[in-house]
Amino acid sequence: MNIPKIPLGQGVEWLEKWLTTYFGPVFDVIHAVIGGMVKGIENILTFLPALVLIVIIAALAYWIGKWRMALFAVIGLLLIDNLGLWGPSMQSLALVLAASILAVLIGVPIGILCAQSNAVKNTITPILDFMQTMPAFVYLLPAVSFFSLGVVPGVIASIIFAIPPTIRLTNLGIRQVSPELVEAADAFGSTPSQKLFKLQLPIALPTIMAGINQTIMLSLSMVVISSMIGAQGVGALVYRAVSQAKTGAGFEAGIAIVVIAILLDRLTQNALKPKQR
Amino acid sequence: MPIIEVKQLTKVFGHDAGRALPLLEQGWSKEKIAQEVKLTVGVNKAEFSIEEGEIFVIMGLSGSGKSTLVRLLNRLIEPTGGQVLFKGNDVVGMNPEQLRQFRRKNIGMVFQKFALFPHRTVLANAEYGLEVQGVEKKKRTELAMQALELVGLKGWEHHRPDQLSGGMQQRVGLARGLANDPDILLMDEAFSALDPLIRKDMQQELLELQARVKKTIVFITHDLDEALRIGDRIALMKDGVIVQIGTPEEILIQPANKYVERFVEDVDLSKVLTAAHVMRQPEMVRPERGPRVALQLMRDSGVSSLYVADKEMKLQGVITAEDAAQAIKENKTILEVLRREIPRVHPDTLLNDLFELMSETHLPVAVVDESDRLKGIVIKGAVLSALAGNAVPEGEHV
Repeated sequence: MNIPKIPLGQGVEWLEKWLTTYFGPVFDVIHAVIGGMVKGIENILTFLPALVLIVIIAALAYWIGKWRMALFAVIGLLLIDNLGLWGPSMQSLALVLAASILAVLIGVPIGILCAQSNAVKNTITPILDFMQTMPAFVYLLPAVSFFSLGVVPGVIASIIFAIPPTIRLTNLGIRQVSPELVEAADAFGSTPSQKLFKLQLPIALPTIMAGINQTIMLSLSMVVISSMIGAQGVGALVYRAVSQAKTGAGFEAGIAIVVIAILLDRLTQNALKPKQR
Repeated sequence: MPIIEVKQLTKVFGHDAGRALPLLEQGWSKEKIAQEVKLTVGVNKAEFSIEEGEIFVIMGLSGSGKSTLVRLLNRLIEPTGGQVLFKGNDVVGMNPEQLRQFRRKNIGMVFQKFALFPHRTVLANAEYGLEVQGVEKKKRTELAMQALELVGLKGWEHHRPDQLSGGMQQRVGLARGLANDPDILLMDEAFSALDPLIRKDMQQELLELQARVKKTIVFITHDLDEALRIGDRIALMKDGVIVQIGTPEEILIQPANKYVERFVEDVDLSKVLTAAHVMRQPEMVRPERGPRVALQLMRDSGVSSLYVADKEMKLQGVITAEDAAQAIKENKTILEVLRREIPRVHPDTLLNDLFELMSETHLPVAVVDESDRLKGIVIKGAVLSALAGNAVPEGEHV
């Protein structure tokens, strides 16, 4: 028996072409919005002199964590500045923040929908599995053909890669709220949205924050990959150093990513703790 | 008019549960329906009504359907068939908005495992019902504080529930249920998760609270002692069916069937029956009648002592045959020889609390009300006979 090869690849390419042809204007709007957002964040980050921003971040770290975190922020960020990587680092940070903010804005509502309907959850779950396991390089290509080269397809690819934890953990957090509490809220005549905002989201918040933290970390891990399609920043420096076999330059840029990663991780992990007391 | 009327209320769990209704109508049992159509009957044609201000206890073992039944009243579980009427209005037919208003204004609930919101303070928990109604902050804080004060939690309002003991947590639950001043309070095994001693305190406090706020309370329990202690009336459930409804006495003294009888046979009657249940008409004399009359009365009725009470039935004391004889000899009045130090108890005293008193005296115990009026006497034989499970004949009540 000879079964012909299923033309899956052709199908995907046809779909890609069809989308670019008929949804071009939509993609243009998305491009403008995301591009503007990244640029805006970058402008805010680079508007202030590096030293001023370091002081602000250190103060934030002190407020959220304690002096050890503030100390790490000061030393780490001063090192980045000293290595001459401040500008590119802020570019990458802008990309990560834009992708993370959008992922949270899209992901939390989808997670809430999943928690409220098994049908939605059963539809979304395999899509999330697909998004997380499909190698990220593969959806860089359609992203480029929809949004051309630059930071925007990088943000889109980062969102696709990083959004699943936010959706999954929002869903999980809400579903974990004990049925007795939900019953109590019902017994006192709560509307569905009162139940959501007064009970389910507050109780699920630590779990949701864990998801957001993972989303930020995953989108940071996309920084280098995004640079392959023209996103600027420390990711691009790493990419260039690797392709030119410059170990030292690669290490310096890598250190900058590590510092940003640790700061983002600790800040988001601890953000909720003081308020819970 | 009863505040709640329940007619043919039925809950069947499972797919397309409605098909069980005609089968129940034909008298199929819970087991038969479970075996042949794979449906679970939770509540089978329950029928009762609750009067305003009453503590109505629904009691049964686990799996008897009592927790399902109470949730049918506020539709936390949707009934499969039958009616719930609140002041004559059909609860089952309410649309979601009407149901929400009903739950907000008319019917509060207290849960077995407290179900307090862990992220809110004690005060914010008590405020919850008012908050979802949209009552403004100042007003709802005021009302919630009143409710917390009522349950004895003043000063704890800014703590979190997990900082409180079990008994205190359930007080928060109670305050939350009372804060929006509902007509009816549903209490689902509200004290079952508490230690026995705290539990008894809470039962007592609930009774005192009820005397002040006069709510209609539907109380679910699996504990017969609890049911007997707090219930004005008790509905006994088994396999989703209400087997008997009656006052605690009726349930104890006239069990409707073998099941109820078995259920109540282990009850420690001494903790249920009171002095009022076993007291008899006293042999008595008024002081101005004189010792001779007293002695004659004693001879006539074959007793060795008489209770002395004035025209208002106020108890003065006891006179024995010897005292009377002496008074005649020394020409004294009854009041001069009478023994005033005699054991007295209130009609609500439990038999359990009478034992010690009775062992210390050879005289019968006098039962008097708040203004010292003689209501009856308790003799040892009557107590023993009541404990043996023999009903006190109506005629011998005072």
